[in-house]
This record gives sequence, C-alpha cells and structure tokens, in this order.
Amino acid sequence: MPAPALAVDRVWKYFGEFPALRDITLDAAPGACLALLGRNGAGKTTLLRLLAGLATPTRGTLQLERHRAGYIGHGIGIYDDLSARENLMLFARLYDVPNARAAVSQWLTRTQLARVADSPAREFSRGMRQRLAIARAFLHNPDVLLLDEPFTSLDDRAIALLQELLRETLGRGATVVMSTHQLREAMELATHVALLVRGKLAFHGPRPPEMIGDPTWLYARHGEPA
Amino acid sequence: MRFARHVAAIAGKDLRAEIRTKEGFNAALAFAVVILILFSFAIDPTSEQMREMSGGLLWIVFAFAGALVLNRSFPRETPNDSLDVLLASPVSPPALLLGKTIANFVILIAIESLCLPLFGILYNMDWTRQPALLAATLLLATWAITVIGTVFSALTVNLRLRELMLPVLIYPMLIPALMAAMKLTTLLIAGAPPEPGDWLWFRLLIGFDIIFTLLAQALVETVLLG
Repeated sequence: MPAPALAVDRVWKYFGEFPALRDITLDAAPGACLALLGRNGAGKTTLLRLLAGLATPTRGTLQLERHRAGYIGHGIGIYDDLSARENLMLFARLYDVPNARAAVSQWLTRTQLARVADSPAREFSRGMRQRLAIARAFLHNPDVLLLDEPFTSLDDRAIALLQELLRETLGRGATVVMSTHQLREAMELATHVALLVRGKLAFHGPRPPEMIGDPTWLYARHGEPA
Repeated sequence: MRFARHVAAIAGKDLRAEIRTKEGFNAALAFAVVILILFSFAIDPTSEQMREMSGGLLWIVFAFAGALVLNRSFPRETPNDSLDVLLASPVSPPALLLGKTIANFVILIAIESLCLPLFGILYNMDWTRQPALLAATLLLATWAITVIGTVFSALTVNLRLRELMLPVLIYPMLIPALMAAMKLTTLLIAGAPPEPGDWLWFRLLIGFDIIFTLLAQALVETVLLG
C-alpha cells in the first residue's frame, strides 16, 4: 500500500471556545480525489486551510508536502494591478517552475488568455479572471491540489476547463482534495468522500456507488437531519 | 538562494503594482510636499531656529508620509484573498515580509529623494554638505520605519481602523530611531562633521535596525498564521 499523499491525524481546531474541527483523522493516497462534504459551517474550509498551511491545528498533526501543493480558496488569489503574464510569472518564480516563461505562455494559451496576456487583470471579465486563477493553481504541476468550493460561480467554460485539468492531474497520480456543494460535478471525479458534520468526521471512505445516482445519499445516511 | 529569489519576487511584485497605480507614492509625496510648504509659511525659513529644527521637520514629514505607504502594504493582498495564496505557496513568511519591506523602503527612499531638494529650496538650506553621511542616515532611519511599519501593516491588515491604528502603534516604537535620525540630520545639514559623541546616534540606528529586523523576521509567522 503506497504512503498517503496527505494525512490528518487526530486534529482539533478551536476558534476561541468553539471547536471547528473535532478529532479528525483521514488520509488520501496518491491519485485519489477526496471530496469533502458537509453543510455550511461543518468545518470543510477550516480543514482545507489547515492543509494549505494557512492556520495551525490546536491539537493533532498534518502531513503534506506543501511546496508541491496547489491551492484555490474562496478568493481567486490574483493581482488586479498585474497583467495575466505577470501574475503567472510571479507564481512560477515562487514555485521554482523550470522554464518559467515557456510554462507561463503555455498556460496562457491553454486558458485562452494569450490574446490578453499583457493586459492588467482588472480589465478581465469574471470568467477570464477565473481561468487565470485556475492557471495559477495548476502552473507548477502540483502533487496535491487543495480546492475550496472550486466550481462555485464558475462559468461553463471554466467548469469544463477545471474538470479537464483535474482529470489530467489525477491521471498523472496527483491527489485532489476538494470541498464542494456541487455534488454532481464532484461525484464525476471523486474516488473517496469525507462527510463532516459539525466539525466531526461522520464518514470517510471510498465513494459509495449509490452516490452516482443520488449524490445526496451520503447526507441522508450519515448527515444531520435537514 | 531560494529565500533570496522569493524576496526578490515579492519585492518586484509590490514595486510593479505601485509603479502601475502610484496610489501610495502619489498620496505620500503629495502629503510630504504640502507639509513642507505649510511649515515654510508658518516659520521664518531663514531663521536660525529653523536651522536647528530642520532634522525634526524632515523626519516628521518622512515618518507621516511613510505611514501612508505602509498602510497600503498588506491591505494590497486582501481584495482577492491573495495573501492566502501567497502563504499557501512555498514562500516563507519571513521572505514575504522582507520582500514587502524592501519594496516599501524603495518607495519611501524615492519620496525622500524628491523631498530633500524641495526642502533645500523652500528653507534656503544647503543639505549637500555631508552627502555620504546624510545618505547613510536616510537609509538607516528609513529602514527602521519600513521594517517596523511593514510588520505592523501585517498585524493590522484585518482591522477596520487600520489607517489610524498603524501610526498609533508604530510611532512610539520608532522614537529612538527618529530621535537619532533627527539629531544626525540637523547636524549634517548644518555641515558640521560629526564629533565623537555623535557617532553614538549612528550606532543606535544600526543596532535598532538589526534588532528590529531580526525581531520582525522571528515574529512574522505568528503574526500572519496565528
């Protein structure tokens, strides 16, 4: 059995007196796509932020090669005052991408932003900004991708691009962890699911086959009553 | 080497954004020019008294103009949650802080370089009599302002009253450095070579810069990640 690409061991996270995460233990193998499910406030974003290194757990440990991870959070994480090329060049430098200029040009072409590569991002439409954010997250061929509600408010073209890139990423053995409420899009990719209920792990394992036909099956079986 | 590359990338990003928008630069320069002009009306610019307070006037102007530049430093990262994306990348918090400090330092030095000739004209003072030592004073004291200001810009980034809080927090800490800078600047503008006792002020500035640069580097991870 291969070593997990990421592991969370008995993690607790408190905000003041409030336990946002309670004794979470889970892992994801290389090539797995783990869908983090749960209602608003269940702790999905908190767990992803811990994995991304944006916060530290109150108790417990996390194992993850962060310098090989990619992250898309709630914000798109691009600089409006910089051009698309400058945005990508910045992150290519931070991630030590070899042949950065060529890699950036490739991603600009792939995300159909080559035509506006040298225009400031503030002049872009919402869809163009989303595609730039996707290019930024995938630019360094990450081994682990951490995605917080990645399909929310994406246009059709960006959803198609993201799904295609996620399939490619999983195909080369990388690991994807994504929190989502868009169950149909997520179930097309997920190999494993984890359901959080009020900060506790209610289910973690391979995606139940029942979820293909009924994505809400897991909520009905393990989630809170509506 | 990697640390230096990351510092350069962050400093370059901030300087590029500032050159494009000139938000902090224009506001701080306009403020400095207005204060210099107003004081030239309020005080007889040819008096001996003015000569004795020239260092004090200059550093009050530079410190307040600096606050306008520093107030923009970390808030620049908030509109698209760009700070999260940076912190999730391989760039370490100390490299991020140092890169931003260098960018602020360059902007503030540029403002000071434009203000000095104006000061000379308005107050009829030849500030070029000890150019090397005056330049050293400017560099050392400006680094003190920017290193403390940048770390407090990170600390206050999520406060609603951050424009007010930043000066309130940094000026008391800057008192020793500003005192040294004022003493030395007054002395050097008068054209007198420093006497043995005056070198103490240089040593104070150097020690201040070293101590607060190391402290800022040690504390920035706690400031940014909690």
